[in-house]
Amino acid sequence: MAILLDVKNLQTRFDTEAGVVKAVDGVSFHINEQEIVGFVGESGCGKSVTQLSVMQLIPNPPGRIIGGEVWFDGKDLLKYERNGSEMRSVRGSKISMIFQEPMTSLNPVLTISEQIGESMQLHLRLNKADARKRAVELLSLVGIPAAESRIDDYPHQFSGGMRQRVMIAIGLACNPRLIIADEPTTALDVTTQAVLLELIKDLVKRFNTSLTLVTHNLGVVARYAQRIYVMYAGRIVEAGPTNEIFAHPRHPYTVGLLKCVPRLDQPRDKQLVPIEGLPPNLIKMPPMCAFLPRCAYRINRCEKSHWPPLTPVGEHHSAACFVNLEATLENDDK
Amino acid sequence: MRGLTRKMSSPVRSPFRRDLTGLKESDVTTYIVRRLLQSIVVLLLVSIFVFLAIRLMPGDPIKLMVYESNLTGLSPQQLADLRHEYGLDKPLALQYLDWLGGVLQGNLGISVFTKTPVAKEIFRRLPITFEIGLWSLLLSIVIGVPVGIISAVRRGTWIDQLVVTLSNIGVTIPVFWLGVILMLVFSLYLKWLPVMGFTPLTEDPGMHFKQLVMPVICSSLFSVAALARQTRSSMLEVMHQDYIRTAWSKGLNENAIIFKHALKNGLIPVITTLGLSARGIVGGSTVVETVFSIPGMGRLLVSAVSNLDYAYVQGIILIIAATVVAINVLIDIVYGWADPRIRYS
Ligand SMILES: Nc1ncnc2c1ncn2[C@@H]1O[C@H](COP(=O)(O)OP(=O)(O)O)[C@@H](O)[C@H]1O
Ligand SMILES: [Mg+2]
Repeated sequence: MAILLDVKNLQTRFDTEAGVVKAVDGVSFHINEQEIVGFVGESGCGKSVTQLSVMQLIPNPPGRIIGGEVWFDGKDLLKYERNGSEMRSVRGSKISMIFQEPMTSLNPVLTISEQIGESMQLHLRLNKADARKRAVELLSLVGIPAAESRIDDYPHQFSGGMRQRVMIAIGLACNPRLIIADEPTTALDVTTQAVLLELIKDLVKRFNTSLTLVTHNLGVVARYAQRIYVMYAGRIVEAGPTNEIFAHPRHPYTVGLLKCVPRLDQPRDKQLVPIEGLPPNLIKMPPMCAFLPRCAYRINRCEKSHWPPLTPVGEHHSAACFVNLEATLENDDK
Repeated sequence: MRGLTRKMSSPVRSPFRRDLTGLKESDVTTYIVRRLLQSIVVLLLVSIFVFLAIRLMPGDPIKLMVYESNLTGLSPQQLADLRHEYGLDKPLALQYLDWLGGVLQGNLGISVFTKTPVAKEIFRRLPITFEIGLWSLLLSIVIGVPVGIISAVRRGTWIDQLVVTLSNIGVTIPVFWLGVILMLVFSLYLKWLPVMGFTPLTEDPGMHFKQLVMPVICSSLFSVAALARQTRSSMLEVMHQDYIRTAWSKGLNENAIIFKHALKNGLIPVITTLGLSARGIVGGSTVVETVFSIPGMGRLLVSAVSNLDYAYVQGIILIIAATVVAINVLIDIVYGWADPRIRYS
């Protein structure tokens, strides 16, 4: 499988009054063609900032991408000027985004037709009538009934789930190579979540699009993603194929996350335990492993060393931890 | 914004309800009809209020007129006759009803001083006041809104700082003081503009506009500054909204972001400020017309109040009130046009 997006050592910071927030601190990952890749982690650990950095959509001020490379189509996107024409020609046409907040991500004063059609007018050079016609097609494609008659409605005339369908239509409009969906269903009720995730999965499959699926729900990635990146405190702490990570988690944080997902392969009465404590404040982080204060498996070395780099623990599996978790967990079970 | 509600749909609303767009046209009509009825009530209240207020002012218009016209020496009987002639001896309620009846027939009453129907004079002067008002409003929009946009888009630059400083000064400068300074600089010192006065357009267009320059600047200063400030702050707020991020993610350029996605949202709160400005300009006409000695309605009001000229004061205030009410209705309609979320209810 060919690599579509290759991100290397990405670093993004925010200058706030309280200090510099290292929101993304040396993140590397890649997305293959036609692959669904999950990003998981608790809220505030830098998932959104990572994805926004790929598109250079970090608000400046206060945000700054201070380092790294984002290789896409043989070009390093970070070499492009932030809102320059080259960067803009990638946004919405080759990489598009679906955001978390369906209630606020659509412009309240523009019709759905305009909001779906404008990127096609821009990138595909369609005229207004053709863009509109295709907007209607897209709208029925994402499952909005009576698309023809709803195309001139405004966002407030749609429910949250329907608005998110509109966002999906916008994301698909120019037939991008990669869609980045940042918690696309978090704001919706459980039933709608499932329906929309299925829809997204079907559509990316149908159009051979790659998908980055950001979520804080491991259950969701388990179902849809082929590979997972687990993020904690602005870094990737574990990466690997989904079934491998579910079967043999190698980072205590991943273990913790797994303990809070209901699983079919385990007895129903098994307790779901949330990870104790809170994610760290990303200002003035100590040099040690960021998960240390919450870690149940810590060893002496953790407190004395600089944070552990992501190291291979299997063929496609890597984790950033000093502890040989597999051995430890086996001992626990005995 | 009484009578208007912003429709926030709940996330669980059925997607199949199609009740909104279909109803809108007729909604607007009933809304306007209801607003007109409301306006009539408001105007009635204003008329009662101004009728009583002017009569609560110390002094007697007949005595004042007699004194000012050097008619001293009239006998008490003659004074009583005069009072009777203007109906000022009747009970207040009756006087009010007489006046109201006249107003409904387009007769605003007779001035005790000039002994002529006030309507004629008021409507002769009305266009002068309205002309200054319209130019001022136009100037405020044409300058205030773009300046506010530029300031927001170039936030933190020297332009922005200049705009913020000037608009803060602009909203605090007293109009009469500015008038005097302008006269000193542009008329007496630079001799670019006539000091004061008014020439009808038909008589001498050049002079007409020259004489309007300073009055228009004075009466628009506050609203230019207020509009610039409001536009700046609401544009700044809009630029941080999620839908602007969505627009950037589509690959649009900055101009499309600002003019297509941000401006209409940003201007919604500006409409309110515009309404306030329009009302301020109408009210400020008294000062500006007095300073620049312009024979408009504002100056007429000032002299009518000091003469206790009941008919003029009542007539002018009523017309100002009607203008303000009309501006309010207009503002609400513009709101509905600008913001599709607003429903008329
Ligand atoms: N505009 C911003 N200004 C300051 N800090 C920000 C901003 N956006 C994000 N951050 C910080 O970056 C960190 C990562 O945020 P984010 O990527 O949104 O987390 P999540 O994993 O929930 O998507 C958080 O600590 C957040 O406070
Ligand atoms: Mg997020």
